[in-house]
Amino acid sequence: MIRTMIAALLLFAIALPAQAMGRIEKIVSPSGITAWLVHEPSIPIIALEAYWDGGSRLDPKGREGLANMVSGLLDEGAGDLSSEAFQLRLQETATQLSFDAGRDSFTASMRALSQNRDAAFSLLAKALQAPRFDEGPVERIRGQIISGLRARARDQRELARRALYETAFGDQPYARPVEGTEQSVAAITREDLTGFVRRRLARNNLTLAVVGDITAAELSDRLEQVFAPLPAKAAGPDTGMQKVLGGGVLRQIDYDTPQSQIYIGFPGLMRDDPDFDAARVMTYILGGSGLTSRLGQEVREKRGLTYSIFAAQVPMKKSALYLIGFSSANKTVAEALAVTRRELLRLRDRGVSAKELKAAKTYLNGSFPLSMSSNASIARLLIAIQVNNLGIDYIRRRPQRINAVTAEDIARVAARLFDMKKMFVIAVGRPEGDLKAVLKAAP
Amino acid sequence: MGSAWLSVGRMFGNFRIPALLVLALLPVMAAVEARAGLFNPFIGKLENGMRVVVIEDHRAPVVTHMVWYGIGGADEAPGEAGLAHYLEHLMFKGTKRFPAGVFSRVVAENGGQENAFTTHDYTAYFQNIAADKLPLVMEMEADRMSNLVLSDEDAETEKQVVIEERRLRTDSQPYGQFREQMQAVQYLAYPYRIPVIGWQHEIEALNKDKALAFYRKYYAPNNATLIVAGDVRPEEVMKLARKYYGVIAARPLPARLRPQEPPQRAARRVEFSDPRLSVPSWQRGYIAPSALYGETRFALPLVVLAEVLGGGTTSRLYRELVVKKGIAAYAGASYDENRKGPSLFHVYARPRGKAGIGDIERAMDDIIRDILENGVSEAEVKRARDSLAANAIYARDSLAAAARSFGEGLAIGLSVDDIDNWPARIRAVTAAQVNEAARAVLRAEGSATGIARPAPKS
Repeated sequence: MIRTMIAALLLFAIALPAQAMGRIEKIVSPSGITAWLVHEPSIPIIALEAYWDGGSRLDPKGREGLANMVSGLLDEGAGDLSSEAFQLRLQETATQLSFDAGRDSFTASMRALSQNRDAAFSLLAKALQAPRFDEGPVERIRGQIISGLRARARDQRELARRALYETAFGDQPYARPVEGTEQSVAAITREDLTGFVRRRLARNNLTLAVVGDITAAELSDRLEQVFAPLPAKAAGPDTGMQKVLGGGVLRQIDYDTPQSQIYIGFPGLMRDDPDFDAARVMTYILGGSGLTSRLGQEVREKRGLTYSIFAAQVPMKKSALYLIGFSSANKTVAEALAVTRRELLRLRDRGVSAKELKAAKTYLNGSFPLSMSSNASIARLLIAIQVNNLGIDYIRRRPQRINAVTAEDIARVAARLFDMKKMFVIAVGRPEGDLKAVLKAAP
Repeated sequence: MGSAWLSVGRMFGNFRIPALLVLALLPVMAAVEARAGLFNPFIGKLENGMRVVVIEDHRAPVVTHMVWYGIGGADEAPGEAGLAHYLEHLMFKGTKRFPAGVFSRVVAENGGQENAFTTHDYTAYFQNIAADKLPLVMEMEADRMSNLVLSDEDAETEKQVVIEERRLRTDSQPYGQFREQMQAVQYLAYPYRIPVIGWQHEIEALNKDKALAFYRKYYAPNNATLIVAGDVRPEEVMKLARKYYGVIAARPLPARLRPQEPPQRAARRVEFSDPRLSVPSWQRGYIAPSALYGETRFALPLVVLAEVLGGGTTSRLYRELVVKKGIAAYAGASYDENRKGPSLFHVYARPRGKAGIGDIERAMDDIIRDILENGVSEAEVKRARDSLAANAIYARDSLAAAARSFGEGLAIGLSVDDIDNWPARIRAVTAAQVNEAARAVLRAEGSATGIARPAPKS
């Protein structure tokens, strides 16, 4: 999950190059379905991303894993097509269709060859409008999910991730794993599955982006075909805001392996926080990708204490986390933790240099054209911009927002984020030395 | 599946290692591009023997710059497992002109991303960056081809990083350890039996001098391929390549003498157990030819066979084990023909529900026996060919995929023509050829079967 979130986050660190900016069109179909389109006819493929607000945070109590289970079943038979017929049709038309559930979202991703777009849109329409949930596929997918849950039950990183969310969110919905538990997945009924589709895959919580070989006029027709028949409004109450707990907690899980996995967590900044961009620049300086960050230099390059260390903002719809993660040999993990903590305090108390600030801005702005790596990645970026209400001109304004960040902004945001009383640490392994003492030591 | 295919990257989490299947598909993609005139690869050569491939894509003002060395983990001397990969890490430690950290910093400050990866057969370095920064990265990459400077201290610290990487990928992961054990048993003599990252005790014995000796022996322009993909013109790339790489003198290269694989005459079994596992899994690898080793005419039929047997939810294994019998959580097959040495044809599954490892193995044996006795049908082969070819079109969407397929193909010794004509040759594969390849390869005495199970906590 953390991996997914960080991947989603990275979308914001990059943006479309200048030439694509003016080409984002906002399409509104006759019945009011809205999509952002980049018409890119040079390659005969179409990428579509559909995003529904919701996801596992809205799974009913005792039915944790419902959104995830639905995501495994929409391509397992729909309308007049059995599971096998549906899969064969996807294969024959080389249509790639996948569904996914996260803590805040349910998504559909489609890649179609433009020559086969009739078939592709028709399969997508069937999957969303008339999923069959036949007993055979339901029991097979349930078995596969449970088998996967069992397979990961003693996986080190999975244990660390679960402990992280449990520590941060206690008994609030974000604490629950997206895939649910063996017990909750076993309890999900066919009514739960059909109810999810009826209640959650609606029009008023839907965001769409399409990139590829399709014109605005044609897309409008396709939007009508696929999405207009969906219910107008999503049903059911939303959750409230969720507080990040865990301040002062060191959660150690004994695990017999030579290397410990560490997560350090703090309450983070919401995506609409005015300091979000300042935190983005700060995060790059502290623990951005590559070897040049402060943590990369101090923990890996100078001391050889880890292979990889990162810092990341993890904004969610109803809460936000700030995370630092690494793994280190059991005998060196205390030292790695001490060095990391010292770097957090140094950043908080002494800020960043003008040189670091300039380099970070150049990277964050200069790396944005690299996101043009595929139609699908552009479509995901367009979803992120819409979901976070950043505006259709966000790509043009983004460099100004980054450039406006000052050293004072970073000092302020570091002081907000790195409140040591709110810090919590997850350690899975058999660390040598007293981690508690490391966390309490004077800087 | 198949740890030998995994590259060992320098920065975990920054560079995604492509799945085996993706690697297997890459040549299709690139070749389709070439035929469609989209990538239209330009192939050139510098006077010092360095090959140059340029793939134009003007959708965005970015470029991927890669240098591939025809040297990898399987070329190491006995007792020096992990040396090729260790050197890859040390290549970031600087030169006289661009001391430690400068290359990485300059790339980052120009909004670029960099990384490197090592496999048994090759080692590659790359940067993704704005197209106008190409001369900058080319200058630095060319410089480190022959001017690497290492301090004892940097070499020792980096060794600890590599050992942490080994702990992360292998020792902290039961499946990592299982794959390493399997790999060692699949090959009797060929060095693919040794992990690219190296055995812990041999990594510990590596040092600066060994790394530099390896570097001087194998890092030369006549053992390298330059790939530039993106918003560039071949003539300007050639001009820059002559300026930066062209001045490096060619050197005599030692032959890549690898122990060859003797005939395998006994089925092997690996029983792995670990308290960190909570469910069992089953896999089997059959020793197989590759596009460059052994009966190479079987390579493409085996690609089609892997698709028929294990290509997604419509494949034989998935339909039979997961859907009809309901005994597996997943089931599949995989094969990578792009290897310099002997490859492996894998089948694998994990039991589901009340089914056990024995049920999985019996069902697998039945399916394989059926293929050997009755063969695969023309219809299945046609569907697999169509599917492989159609999916190739999606590769037009990815600059990195095209760059990687040409780099990999050329680094292991395929010709440009081999890579270009891949789709046409896949389309020509017949059911008779698939059946002949299946009978040649799916032999019990050429196989190793591996079972990984949970062990009680000690």
